[in-house]
Amino acid sequence: MKVMEKYKEMAFWPKMFINFILILAIFLLITVLSNVGIISNYYQGIMLSICINVILVVSLNITTGFLGQLTLGHAGFMAVGAYSGAFLSKNLMGTLPDPLIFLLAIIVGGVVAMAFGVIVGVPTLRLKGDYLAIITLAFGEVIKNILLNLNIVGGASGYIGIPRYTNFLWAYWLAVITVVLSIALINSRHGRAIVSIREDEIASEASGIDTKKFKILAFVFAAFFAGVAGCLYAHYMGILEPKTFKFDKSIEILVMVVLGGMGNIKGSIISAIVLTVLPQLLVSVSGYRMLLYALALIIMMLFKYDPTLVKLINNIKNRFKKVRG
Amino acid sequence: MSGFSQFLMQLVNGVNAGSIYALIALGYTMVYGIAKLINFAHGDIIMVGAYICLFAIGTFNLPVWLAVIVSIVLCALLGIVVEKIAYKPLRSASRISLLITAIGVSYLLQSLFQLLFTANPRPFPTIISLPPLMLGSISISAPYYITFIVSVILMTVLHLFVQKTKIGKAMRAVSEDSQAAQLMGINIDKTISITFALGSALAAVAGILYCSSYPMVNPYLGSLPGIKAFIAAVLGGIGSIPGAVLGGFILGIIEALTKAYISSQLSDAIVFTVLIIMLVFKPSGILGKNVKEKV
Amino acid sequence: MMNVLEVKDLGINFGGLRAVDHFNLTIEQGELYGLIGPNGAGKTTVFNMLTGVYAPSDGQIMLQGKTLNNLSCHKIAQLGIARTFQNIRLFKDLSVIDNVKIGLHERYNYSLVSSLLKTKKYFLMEQQMEKEALDLLEVFRLHTYAHIKACNLPYGKQRELEIARALATHPKLLLLDEPAAGMNPQETEELMEVIKNVRKKFNISILLIEHDMKLVMGICEKITVLNYGSVLLCGTPDEVVNDPRVIKAYLGD
Repeated sequence: MKVMEKYKEMAFWPKMFINFILILAIFLLITVLSNVGIISNYYQGIMLSICINVILVVSLNITTGFLGQLTLGHAGFMAVGAYSGAFLSKNLMGTLPDPLIFLLAIIVGGVVAMAFGVIVGVPTLRLKGDYLAIITLAFGEVIKNILLNLNIVGGASGYIGIPRYTNFLWAYWLAVITVVLSIALINSRHGRAIVSIREDEIASEASGIDTKKFKILAFVFAAFFAGVAGCLYAHYMGILEPKTFKFDKSIEILVMVVLGGMGNIKGSIISAIVLTVLPQLLVSVSGYRMLLYALALIIMMLFKYDPTLVKLINNIKNRFKKVRG
Repeated sequence: MSGFSQFLMQLVNGVNAGSIYALIALGYTMVYGIAKLINFAHGDIIMVGAYICLFAIGTFNLPVWLAVIVSIVLCALLGIVVEKIAYKPLRSASRISLLITAIGVSYLLQSLFQLLFTANPRPFPTIISLPPLMLGSISISAPYYITFIVSVILMTVLHLFVQKTKIGKAMRAVSEDSQAAQLMGINIDKTISITFALGSALAAVAGILYCSSYPMVNPYLGSLPGIKAFIAAVLGGIGSIPGAVLGGFILGIIEALTKAYISSQLSDAIVFTVLIIMLVFKPSGILGKNVKEKV
Repeated sequence: MMNVLEVKDLGINFGGLRAVDHFNLTIEQGELYGLIGPNGAGKTTVFNMLTGVYAPSDGQIMLQGKTLNNLSCHKIAQLGIARTFQNIRLFKDLSVIDNVKIGLHERYNYSLVSSLLKTKKYFLMEQQMEKEALDLLEVFRLHTYAHIKACNLPYGKQRELEIARALATHPKLLLLDEPAAGMNPQETEELMEVIKNVRKKFNISILLIEHDMKLVMGICEKITVLNYGSVLLCGTPDEVVNDPRVIKAYLGD
């Protein structure tokens, strides 16, 4: 307890230093345990998936949780990043050192996804809420349909032979970068402007905030990292199929965001970890996965917003406090 | 076949799909008008309707007319129950949380039916066994023209219901301003329940008609027609009943023609692009009205 | 003396309805101006046109000689018109101080790169912002609430926070839309003091819509009466109060 209090009182940079040491320690621990074979290949794979999901969930939380605009096409941005990154690395393979190619692929994947973020974002600025959700859904489906018919990247039969560059080092540190930059964004004037749009767009405009600009910023930011995650995914699997990026994938990411808490980055990380690990550990319930996701969505919303349920929870909380006090 | 009769044939296909989209779109539009909610689960009611009809005929050996009625009644009940459990408690919550809940309900229905009846498609029995209709050189099969006739009748009935009856008037009042309607003594809960029941009943009919033309039933059957019908509703102007009908037919015809003359694989992409263009340039749709947020 | 705001022949149509017609208004530097009229007279519509929420169908709006027609809301806010809303629009889930900081957003301009990489400029700017926000809250005796959520403030304090947020943009003209709505007489009394102080302290002009005649007559130097979308008359509180047309507009024949 005392340690936590001391930590809270520390200045910014020393705090960051401690955080960095912790993050590094976790990385080294996992790497060492993997190398000596305590963490099997199977679990290493799960960890990679966790990192990729953390990137996807945290970035979706920027638009859905902080900007307050429901986007149902996150898998579409992921697909764009995956295919463009894979296309680049497949064509550059052998010409440059592998890490350099991979870095390029990641940047290109992110930037192309970002460009699509602008393409989807700009015309939809006038729309909000439900309409925006539907546009992003339509966008995701269009992307999937185009990829199905794009023979240059394999079409429906899949894009194969992508160099498998992704390893824990890349995935882990890219996830860290995503989280750090997201937190930095949220705790700045830009982040405040984004959140103010969620809270009340008209009041935000009246306070002098260029809401269009900040909507685009949030969109583009989220799309970039979705693209990066896609690129990691592509170079992890070595093969891409358009059907991976269907609507269900977007919903899966959304479920993680909702469960972790909209507008809560820590929660996003935890829920990305839990919801990646759980289905793997409980293979027996894997058939019920979508059912459980669906129930989770409904129950989360009801417990958060149903006036009678909210009252009930508060009563229970108060009782707990009394018992403890 | 000559080019012209081929074109006519595509038009018939389009009208067939369009009638079904229109029926589904009516449910979207009514619910949106009243509850300001895109009821994502609406498409899945189609699937439930088809399954109920399938089992009523196949397992319980009911006559077709009774099976259809059972399916309609159960779907209407399902619509009411879903609204009461999942949507009603969230009336004061933000639109985005309501939409997330609706997505949850949609997935709940899909995965529940997948667990119960597996993902394997089941053949849907032939329930319309009438001779095809000959129109010049083209023949229109029975499910096609029955779909069209049934849809037109139902839409007309619905229109009269909403315009002429007391409940219809209450529905219009609630969609205009629910608080004011409440002050005038209209029971909002009841009106919303009736709206959901009506929409779901139409979805059940749509599901049965859909499966008469494409006789396969699986748990995901409703999602694509559902989304397309939603597009139709937006196209016509969401909240507007004539708009939903118009949008349904336009969408059905656009889809049939792109499938025939442009690319069958890209037809979905084209339909979605139509939606995007529509939303960007005229979000209120063809017949919808522009609503400004009150400041 | 320089005119802060000049509105000439402003008008707007909603469909076939002429909601505001030939509306004229001149506000001098430092003036406290009242806009009154029966419900539905078009007062809030005027506010919405002044702040760019609605685009006027005709007429001209000038702020210190600059034309504001066709500018977007945020541009107008940046140029110097801030407002509050009839039904309070706070950023409810944000802390009291963050509400004010959003008002400060435009004047503490550091780049996205500074945000993401946490440069020196970021810390410097944030520090200054924090200080200015707290100072501003202190004016309204809100600084003790700085870190609670805005929605947990008592009603009267929420109205004041909205004014504080508006002032954070450093407006030249502050528009208050029924600031005393829902307040009891004592709170209204306090609010009158606050409004007077704000004008003096921040050296701004204020235009307010209000139904509470005691408040309007007590603090406004000039009043325009709006009825059916057009100006009925404009003058000093005494002139307005004694004009039979005003009584007729409010009470009917």
